[in-house]
Order: sequence, then structure tokens, then C-alpha cells
Amino acid sequence: MNNTLIIGQYVPGNSLVHRLDPRTKIVIIFFFVFFIFFANSPASYGLLTLFAITSALTTKIKLPYILKGLKPVWFLIVFTFFLHLFVTKEGEVLLHIFTYPIYSDAVSQGTAISLRFFLLIMVTSLLTLTTTPIEITDAIESLLHPLKRINFPVHELALMMSISLRFIPTLIQETEKISKAQASRGVDFKTGSIKDRMQAIVPLLVPLFVSAFKRAEDLAMAMEARGYQGGEGRTKLRQLRVEKRDILAYVLFVCVLIGLFFTRS
Amino acid sequence: MDISFKNVSYTYQPNTPFEFTAIQDLSIDINSRSFVAIIGHTGSGKSTLIQHLNGLLHPTKGEITVGRFTLSANQKLKEMKELRRNVGVVFQYPEHQLFEETVAKDIAFGPKNFGVEQEEIGRRVDQAIKFVQLPEALLERSPFDLSGGQMRRASIAGVLAMNPQILVLDEPTAGLDPRGQEDMMEMFYKLHQEKQLTTILVTHSMEDALKYADKVIILNNGTKYMEGVPAELFLDKQALKKVQLDVPEVIEFLFEFERKFGVSLPYQKQSVSELATEIADRLKRS
Ligand SMILES: Nc1ncnc2c1ncn2[C@@H]1O[C@H](COP(=O)(O)OP(=O)(O)OP(=O)(O)O)[C@@H](O)[C@H]1O
Ligand SMILES: [Mg+2]
Repeated sequence: MNNTLIIGQYVPGNSLVHRLDPRTKIVIIFFFVFFIFFANSPASYGLLTLFAITSALTTKIKLPYILKGLKPVWFLIVFTFFLHLFVTKEGEVLLHIFTYPIYSDAVSQGTAISLRFFLLIMVTSLLTLTTTPIEITDAIESLLHPLKRINFPVHELALMMSISLRFIPTLIQETEKISKAQASRGVDFKTGSIKDRMQAIVPLLVPLFVSAFKRAEDLAMAMEARGYQGGEGRTKLRQLRVEKRDILAYVLFVCVLIGLFFTRS
Repeated sequence: MDISFKNVSYTYQPNTPFEFTAIQDLSIDINSRSFVAIIGHTGSGKSTLIQHLNGLLHPTKGEITVGRFTLSANQKLKEMKELRRNVGVVFQYPEHQLFEETVAKDIAFGPKNFGVEQEEIGRRVDQAIKFVQLPEALLERSPFDLSGGQMRRASIAGVLAMNPQILVLDEPTAGLDPRGQEDMMEMFYKLHQEKQLTTILVTHSMEDALKYADKVIILNNGTKYMEGVPAELFLDKQALKKVQLDVPEVIEFLFEFERKFGVSLPYQKQSVSELATEIADRLKRS
């Protein structure tokens, strides 16, 4: 019940990574995710892992906590590994598990693919761990700004994103509250047949929807009352600025990329 | 049903950066059929405390007994439903729990879940709606068409219809008009006496605590700060000030009165207006 953690829920802090311009973080992570697929030798994987772990340590968030936050995807990572282990039939036979042959390529491919997967998710979760949803939206709005020329509704998209992100914790809290109230009235969410449990959801969903709609209405009203009329001519409270540390981060990242191309086989 | 907490602690989201111990080493005893008020400033752990009473939260440390049920850190209670049937909880802003098509169905929801027979449910719905002073004509209306105050009453009726032996109220009058607040508190007190309930009231109103409670427990940062009979406890103005609580109006007045006129009037559960009459009488006699 009290395990309401989501993957990469923002953890307040003041580390170097926290203070980076969110655009820097998004751009670096975007390219990192892209270049993961270029790694093909143990050394190149080692380099990328080193980069990921170092970034994680720089955030000053405890590593076990970050890893535990990946709990929902651990299963997938392990599953991918075993899938490759048993399905790939190339290279030489390393050993037999009950007469079932395990090939050398299976081990290396399995490791490579799950490592990629792991790095991908870990690095992206670093973004959300160290950046508030509002910062992320601001950054996306700023990065997508050129699309305005082709009449893409950048501001509206960003607004929609920030509103939904803002209300996720509220909805989680609300869900918890209502489910407690209904549990006190004898609803059992945890045991019983599938049909019973499906029915138990109704007393939870109805109040949730009612309050979500009411919230949306209140919000729209409040925005209008305060004279909101879209992005045209609107200035920003939080200005994004590229600082020295951002340049440093880019330079370091480019070094890693250059290293990647030298360590590739 | 007697209630007792033995060295109970509760930690939210343990082993994360958000770890927060909301209740720490708390021991309290509540006698069957008593009316207990729990006071404390915002965030002192009142709501966390009461959610232990029907097993919504499990203590991280320590042990709780409610009648014949025991809740402890590492043990799961098998008869959770039975416990919840006996402990009715009215949450902060209970109107969020309304969901059925009609008020009658919503009030019947609790008893139905606990397997009460159809006829008996009908009786209880009628009884409950009368108790919360809503017109019976509302029974067939949608709960979402009611006014805020009516919704509050309807949701409270839904808890009362469970016929609990222990009634837990988490700031039940928050956000109502002054008159509505008074009516509602009178209603709970009447219920407490008629049905011989054990009532636990979380409140910010020192006046209500003074007026209705046999015992007051003051929480501060998740620990017990003071405990005792309200009329005695509320005399300690300094101690209350330390945890940002005020002395009830009546007591404050008696203090001032004594300071100004050197006459000490005993506090005997009078309201402010009764006190005024009493002083007027004294003046006439002297
Ligand atoms: N789900 C949760 N996760 C983490 N911390 C929580 C959670 N719920 C409550 N807390 C924290 O526990 C503390 C006690 O909360 P609680 O709701 O019991 O306070 P309260 O005394 O009822 O306050 P109020 O008078 O405002 O209702 C608060 O500091 C709160 O921030
Ligand atoms: Mg509370």
C-alpha cells in the first residue's frame, strides 16, 4: 500500500546533475540512447557503463535506491538474458544444462542485449530522478521550438504535459485515500475471485473520475480567471540558460563518444 | 471494546529518500465507551494514528489491540473484515467516498459488504439518514447532486449504517458552516451516548474537545505530548503554547476574569453564554 514509488520519481537535491540545464540532460540522454546501439565490444560496453555509473554517482542519490527504482524492469532484463541464452545457437558449445547445449554467442549476446536494456533505462531514469517534471516540460518546449514554424502546437503540447505530470502525484494520493475509505466500508481489493475484484474497482474509479473532472474544471476556470490565453507573448518565470557546467557536460560526453568509436571492434 | 497501543511506530516509505516516521514509540490506552479527542497541529500524525485502528496501516514497530483483535508489525490479521465491521472510520472530507447511483444505495454499500441481510439494511438506511438529519426525499437522488454539506452527511450516514462499536472521526466538521459544525458534533455525541460507542475524534477545535471528550491526547511530531482530562489539561497554557495550541475560549475567559477581578470561578463544562448568566447572577446577589 505505502509503496507508491514510481520509476524515477524526482528526488530533490543539489548535485551537479541536478543543476544541469534540463535541455543538456535531454540532449545527452537522447544521443546516449542512440549510441548504445553502436557498442559492440566489451571495452565499448565498459566505457558506456562507466559513463552511466559515474553520472549516477554524481547525482548523490544512493545507487541501491536507483537500482531498486528499476524493480519493475528487472524482470524484463533478466528475461531477455535467458531468452537469448536458450534460443541463440551460434558459436561453440560452452556447457550443457541437463543435456541442453549453451553456446558461447548466446552468453555474449544475452549479456550485451540485457546490458543495453539496463543502461537505457537507468540513464533515462536519471533524467527523471534529477529533474522536476516542470523542468522537463520547459526543456521540451524549448527544444521543440523550431517546429512552431510548421504550426506545430508546441506550447499547448508542453502545457498538456506539465498539467498531466503535475496531477500524477495528486491522483495517486487520491487513489490511496479513496481505496482506504472504501476498504473501511468492507471492500476487499486484495482477495476474492477475479469478478469480485473487478467489481471492487467500481467504488474506487467512480469517485476518482468525478474528482478528476471537477479538478479539471476548477483548473480551467482558475486559468481563465487569471487571464490565460495561450502561449502568444507569454514570458517565462524560469528562464533556461546554458552555463559553464553544461558546456563541460557536453565536452565530456563527446569525449565518451569519441572513446566509443575507438573501442568498437 | 478497549483499545491499546504499545510502543507503536509507523514509517512511511521506509528505505527510500522519502522515508518519514510519522508516529514514534506511541503508547495509549482508550477505554471502551469513552470519548477521546486527539489534538495536534498539522502533520503531527493524527490521521496516521487513526488509520491503524482498523488495520489500514500496519505498525512498523509495536503492537495494537482493538477488543479481541491484535495488530502487530510482523503478523497479518486474518479477521481483518471482522475488525473493519466493528470500527467505522469517517475520513477527512468523507464525501470523496460517495459513488453509487443513489444516496440510499451508497449508504447501504457498507452493510452489504459486511453481509447484512436485505431487510436489516433497509432499516439501517432509514435510521442512518434520520440520524444525520437529511430529508428522506434525498434517498433516491444521486449523491453527486447534493450540496457539499449534504454530501458530507450522506457519507457519514454510510459509515453509521455499518453499526460500528468504535466510531473514528477525522475532523468530521472541517469546512462546514459554524451552525452545521455544532449540529454535527451534537449528533455524534448523541450517537455516542445512545449506542454506547467508543468514539475517537480528531479535531483542531479545543472547544469541541473540552465539551465532549472524557480524555484528550495531544500529539506532537508523532509522539504523545500530553494526555488527560480536558478541563485539567487545558489549564496549562504554557505547555499548550509550545505546540501551537490555544486554550479554549471559556478557559481563557476564566483566566482573564480571575486576573482582572480576583474572583476564581470553577469550570463546570459551562458554555460561554451559561457563564455569562452565572456571572450576572453572582453580580445580582452581591
Ligand atoms: N503517504 C505518505 N507518505 C509520506 N509521508 C506521509 C504520507 N502521509 C502522511 N505523511 C507525513 O506524515 C506526517 C503525519 O501526517 P498525518 O496525515 O498523520 O498528519 P495529521 O496530524 O493528520 O495532519 P492534519 O491535521 O493536517 O490532517 C506528515 O508530516 C505527512 O507529511
Ligand atoms: Mg489529518
